[in-house]
Amino acid sequence: MNECNAPFGFPHKHLLGIEGLNPIEITALLDRAESYVEQNRQADKKKAVLSGRTIINLFFEDSTRTRTSFELAGKRLGGDVINMSVATSSVKKGETLIDTAMTLNAMHPDVLVVRHPESGSVKLLSEKVNCAVINGGDGSHEHPTQALLDALTIRRRMGEIQGLRVAICGDILHSRVARSNIHLLTTMGARVRLIAPRTLIPTGIEHMGVEVFYDMREGLQDCDIVMMLRLQKERMDGNYLPSVREYFHFFGLDYAKLEGAKPNALIMHPGPMNRGVEIDSEVADDFGRSAIHEQVEMGVAVRMAALEILTANLEHNAQRNL
Amino acid sequence: MAVKGDRMPGRVAYINARLLDPATGLDKIGGVLTEGEMIKAVSPKVTADLALEGVTVIDCEGLCLAPGLVDMRVYLGEPGEDYKETIASAGRAATKGGITSMVCLPNTDPVIDDMSVVEFVARRARLQGLTKVFPYGAVTKGLKGKEIAELGMLAESGAVAFTDGFHPVANAQVMRRAMMYARTFDLLICQHPEEPSLAVGGVMNAGETATRLGLVGIPRQAEIMMIERDIRLVELTGARLHIAHLSISESVEAIRQAKARGLPITCDTSPPYFALNEVAIGDYRTFAKLSPPLREETDRRAIVDGIIDGTIDCIASDHTPQDEESKRLPFAAAAMGGVGLETLLAVVLELHHNGHMSVLDALKFVTSAPADLLKLRAGKLVQGHPADLVMFDLQRGWKVSADKLLSKSKNTPFDGRLMQGAVTRTVIDGRTVFVAD
Repeated sequence: MNECNAPFGFPHKHLLGIEGLNPIEITALLDRAESYVEQNRQADKKKAVLSGRTIINLFFEDSTRTRTSFELAGKRLGGDVINMSVATSSVKKGETLIDTAMTLNAMHPDVLVVRHPESGSVKLLSEKVNCAVINGGDGSHEHPTQALLDALTIRRRMGEIQGLRVAICGDILHSRVARSNIHLLTTMGARVRLIAPRTLIPTGIEHMGVEVFYDMREGLQDCDIVMMLRLQKERMDGNYLPSVREYFHFFGLDYAKLEGAKPNALIMHPGPMNRGVEIDSEVADDFGRSAIHEQVEMGVAVRMAALEILTANLEHNAQRNL
Repeated sequence: MAVKGDRMPGRVAYINARLLDPATGLDKIGGVLTEGEMIKAVSPKVTADLALEGVTVIDCEGLCLAPGLVDMRVYLGEPGEDYKETIASAGRAATKGGITSMVCLPNTDPVIDDMSVVEFVARRARLQGLTKVFPYGAVTKGLKGKEIAELGMLAESGAVAFTDGFHPVANAQVMRRAMMYARTFDLLICQHPEEPSLAVGGVMNAGETATRLGLVGIPRQAEIMMIERDIRLVELTGARLHIAHLSISESVEAIRQAKARGLPITCDTSPPYFALNEVAIGDYRTFAKLSPPLREETDRRAIVDGIIDGTIDCIASDHTPQDEESKRLPFAAAAMGGVGLETLLAVVLELHHNGHMSVLDALKFVTSAPADLLKLRAGKLVQGHPADLVMFDLQRGWKVSADKLLSKSKNTPFDGRLMQGAVTRTVIDGRTVFVAD
């Protein structure tokens, strides 16, 4: 696709990850999303941008908020949205993924939103279909719309991302949210710190342009943004961490640990939160500092922008190929 | 800390002593002045004149005065096996041995894998007012080798390092994660080097002697395999690792090379491994059944060489009390381990008497070296440090007699051995807690 001619300045067929996107492309997505924020606050939220388009939410992993967010985004733009949940445990994974993709492809959808527990699976699927594919989260790899909605939240609160000091705290090892955010924030010129016990820091992550800390107070010093990650219960049984109480004692976000951060530091969390595990309730509910609900709101706007831009690209391509 | 009606020590001058402080290299005639629980001065100027100022003067009559010993590997038996040893009986044995600080293994019942047990042990020891006790925390919950214990919180409550004690952390992935996790807080993990699947069923060193005695051997490879594996895990994690009680020549060489490569690895050995070999088992003597087992004479010499060249950092007693019921059994059925608190100093002094090193250098392995490794405020004859002292006669001969040991269990592998060098007085926090008859 010719970059100059791409509608909205985003010259990609799919949105599979943040890695590889440049600041202009990211800004294009955020700008478009920004325009939907106000519309979503009106009584009449409906537009006809995706009229006649079919969007399939194909989820191989449990999800409530991401799936709902995509569903709302599609419907508000006037598209037809179908949700498909596929339990991965009951079938052979690899075979099912491709088979399902081919089957769905035959029904001529315009956009597939896919979440899958295996890293790289969404990319694999995108190679087998004709429609646009949005990665709704693949394994521990990427969750691009989460990073975009985080970026939009930050941009609206802080003005710009460049130059901000952002701490991402918690289970970096297993987190696709962390990886997408690292790509996006470093690309946009933020200084990113990771804070976690060493068992939750993946090997070689310092080569991704981040600074790593193993102590919350030290790492949070002078930060503008504190992003907490969700800690899965199964990490706390002694494999990666000894116990919930030890984790919260050393790495749970509370006011004491927040002391060194900037006074107006923004608290973020991709949800759903484990109160008393990675975040203290008081901090999570701090109206002035917590952006957690705003993140959810921005999620719908970002997904509307992604759906709109990718379908516009489909149309653009089709015309060029005529 | 003064306890139970003991009167607070005032000012005491230990004069006319051969002062020995490995931390500062001090070896000259002089005296030590203590005030309350602390060392106030270490100097040739500390003399009998101080009596005029109301200082209690103790004349050492030319005997050696050194920092009290720090023993970094002791099994206390309490809680859980009080019939073998208690904090009180171990304290009495340790003070007789000139040991003023000891680090106890977590293999108790309940296991020291919970803050409450750390505090229990610390409190019990404080009440005794004898040798200070610093606990190891468990690396894994219940010493089961599966799940990482709460290392961070255990350290905050007073655990000075972490080990599964008699058991190695056998699973490499668990060990890797434990080391990674420990490094988050810069904690030290201490490993018993033995590949359990190779050692299973073994009761002594594998080789000719075991074959003649008809006993199942533990191959030396069980030790070196675990050490070599753990060296790789140090490479992977960057964590500090300490290997306990080296017993074979290959272990010394492996750690020598690892240190040369700059890896953060340290190790210790115990008196049996540089003063005895498997011949001590003789006719099925169960007191010589130890873990790791006594090895060959070439190994013993390699351990001595490792001590001399500094590859081995510390010497610990590896005190493992076993009651009669556990030792008066056929060799294969008997429990492993030997007591060592009361013989530690004398065996360490053999390194000097045998011409391997100066007294000062020998003392380093049981004073400043373990204190520095575990970051304990102990093991140094320095102003402002706790007044923990040992006075000993470098030359006095004595014979080890199991029956005369103060330890509740009598299982010494050195029974009947002639020793040179005896403790005459032990001082803890400025209080004299032991004086020889």
